[in-house]
Amino acid sequence: MTQEAQKERSMILQKEMIDGLFNDLAKAKETGKKVCYTFIPGNLSELIRTFDMLPVYPEINALQSAMRKKSAAYIKEAERNAHSEDVCTYVKCDVGMMMKGNIGPTGLKIPEPDILLLSYTGCFTFLKWFETLKREYPNAKVIMVHTPYQENGVMTPEMTEYMVKQFKEEVIPQMEAVTGIKYDEEKLKRHLVLAKEAQDWITKIFDTTKHRPSPIDAYFAGVYYIGPINIGFRGTQEAVDYYKELYSEIQERIRLGLGPITPEGEMKEEKYRLVVEGPPNWTSFREFWKIFYDMGAVIVASSYTKVGGVYDMGWRHDSTRPLESLAEYCMNCYTNLNIPQRIDLLSKCITEYQADGYITNSIKSCNSFSAGQLPMMREIEDRLEVPVGFIESDLVDPRYFSYSNIKNRLESYFQMLEQRKVIHESEEV
Amino acid sequence: MKTLKEIIDICKFQAFDLNFTRAKEWKLEKDGRVLVGYMPIYFPREIIHAAGGMAVGIFGGGDRKQIIKGDAYYQSYICHIPRSIIELALDKHMAHFDGFIFPSICDVIRNLSGIFKQQKIGKFVKYMDFPQNFLPEIGGVFYQQEMQHVLKYIKEINGIDVTIDALNHAIDLYNKNRKMISYIYNIRQDFPWRLSIEDVYYIVRAGTVMPVEEHNELLEQVCEHIKENIGVPQDKIKVVISGAFCEQPAIGLIKAIEEAGCYVVDDDYMLGSRMILGDIDASSNNPLEAISNSYIKQSQYSSSIYDVNNPKEYRLAKIVESRGATGVIFAAASFCDPSLLDAPIFQNAFNKMGIRYISFQYSENINQYKVIKEQVGAFSDSIKLWEDEPVTAVI
Repeated sequence: MTQEAQKERSMILQKEMIDGLFNDLAKAKETGKKVCYTFIPGNLSELIRTFDMLPVYPEINALQSAMRKKSAAYIKEAERNAHSEDVCTYVKCDVGMMMKGNIGPTGLKIPEPDILLLSYTGCFTFLKWFETLKREYPNAKVIMVHTPYQENGVMTPEMTEYMVKQFKEEVIPQMEAVTGIKYDEEKLKRHLVLAKEAQDWITKIFDTTKHRPSPIDAYFAGVYYIGPINIGFRGTQEAVDYYKELYSEIQERIRLGLGPITPEGEMKEEKYRLVVEGPPNWTSFREFWKIFYDMGAVIVASSYTKVGGVYDMGWRHDSTRPLESLAEYCMNCYTNLNIPQRIDLLSKCITEYQADGYITNSIKSCNSFSAGQLPMMREIEDRLEVPVGFIESDLVDPRYFSYSNIKNRLESYFQMLEQRKVIHESEEV
Repeated sequence: MKTLKEIIDICKFQAFDLNFTRAKEWKLEKDGRVLVGYMPIYFPREIIHAAGGMAVGIFGGGDRKQIIKGDAYYQSYICHIPRSIIELALDKHMAHFDGFIFPSICDVIRNLSGIFKQQKIGKFVKYMDFPQNFLPEIGGVFYQQEMQHVLKYIKEINGIDVTIDALNHAIDLYNKNRKMISYIYNIRQDFPWRLSIEDVYYIVRAGTVMPVEEHNELLEQVCEHIKENIGVPQDKIKVVISGAFCEQPAIGLIKAIEEAGCYVVDDDYMLGSRMILGDIDASSNNPLEAISNSYIKQSQYSSSIYDVNNPKEYRLAKIVESRGATGVIFAAASFCDPSLLDAPIFQNAFNKMGIRYISFQYSENINQYKVIKEQVGAFSDSIKLWEDEPVTAVI
């Protein structure tokens, strides 16, 4: 029998925010609000809000569909229409959902886009995805923002200038034309001030995993925590309030010496601290999480929670240079980092959060993450002498989540961690 | 003048020489020469030539390199080409290369650039971020900066400052190169029996691993040979191959398609060598700008170029029409995101246009083609049977 998940106040707050957004979207045609489809990595939430548009994130719809067990049917629908078995399942889930009436995860219809805003940070599939959507929504205006890749591990002035030119000469004029609203830089700056505040809070929240026991799980719960900052609320007071509330709840947990809350209640004993690379599986999210908390494993940092922005290295939106700041934000999302940068960032997490191990969840249909994960893992193992583990699943295609395979692999991995602990303890004695 | 067979034999050897012998010899002939490897699809080789170097195409190990270490770098659900490229690198096939260019075509090739950096392979590794903004004053300027970065890397090795004359000379050489390749395809459009697609493939691919001057000499001779009415026409349909622009099919598969009853009158196998349509201005005072403009304004469609304002399905349909082809074969490398994600776009459009097609997937190292050959044969037969039926294409 499925156990009802325990909910914190911040979770309820978040649910209200998301329900509110989907309600606004359902009423967009009545209220006259323009609808902007865009993606999480490199999302220009503050700019979208400056033009009073409502955002739609196709990959969020896909993952929500997966958590509601609807993705399999959507994927099959897309595959019946020439989509390959071997490509991104977010795309197929979204296309399938559209073919079946575009009813969103909350049961309300998602309106057609007025704008397809493509800032394809760190993922080429986004580009292909919008080529497909453009053919389905011929009346939508496509606005393309090319985000340069951090190939040398730096954001150069040339790269920033290239993006700012795109904002000034292409993105903003086209948004003005579609919305009929004149660009108001002061308004954008106000959103950026609030964005920075939310970024400060979320950094502090993810930093709490330094405590023992860690009061949160930075992966399985972390994917909920990044919700508001990633899906259009960054740059709003609502997001700041949410993160303040969340931080205060976590502080209380630290004060009481409590571990993370799981769907089955508090985790009683923290046995292993792990860093995870790669997105989670969404179709069997709770079963996947359960394997970890049943073994007393808590995730103290993850790369996936940085997919919508890397804030723990100190970068923040800066309202004094609004467009430059938007450019840097786009370039600084996790999958826009090169492989050596990813290795450095994950190594820092392992060290600072005192992780016992490093796990890669390799996603079959996400090359942006998956290509390079094996040499990254070996480099981290060599550099830090930390035990590494490797499992495979998929984003939203249930055919590629094999519970017993993953469980077997993880159990072997945890046995290895246990033996290592015993050896270390005996050496210390 | 060499016989056609002699030229094809030279090209056949060069095209699949995984030790890149000719490039290595060329480098050793003179001090200061550099070799820069580039991955698919396209790279402006002119700039390397102007800097005293040679750009060398790296198209993977195909079915000629056993993969041992490469499989430890990539999961089974990632395409084959990165594992064979890393295998070539780790086995020192490219030890004489100075630098490596990874054009922005997909997430896999992008991340492969990071692995080369992490493994410290070569004196420089450059991920070449081709602009997806097609305004000369925005995307064009950015592209010129990207080319300048490459030139800076080379200057650090050989101290050469690139001149306008050197760039224009290189542009001129590559204009000739593209023009002659284009001539070969135009001849084949009407007389595909004069030169098989297998031979065309050897000839074009060889040009990616030898000095352009030498390749131009060979091309001139090929063009002379195929002016003559050689070969015997066969009862085959004309098709266009699309989707095989990065990881290359094994030569056996390229052959099998023609053997199964098709003349391949256009393809995207070696798309990079034919990417720029027409000449690049070879008399500009700003040759980098000329190269940049050619990419922005004169590129062939590609799965890696954002196409919303210039839909690729209509561009491919125009190629089919202008080549007089009666069908399209979509051949995608397994797990190739750009190619596979384009498939529904092409296929939905072609269903409406009435353009016949089939599709299959391959891997560079497969050498069993029986099923594909049967599929292509059935496709060819079905078109021959329906050949009187009008194609309701609206292009």
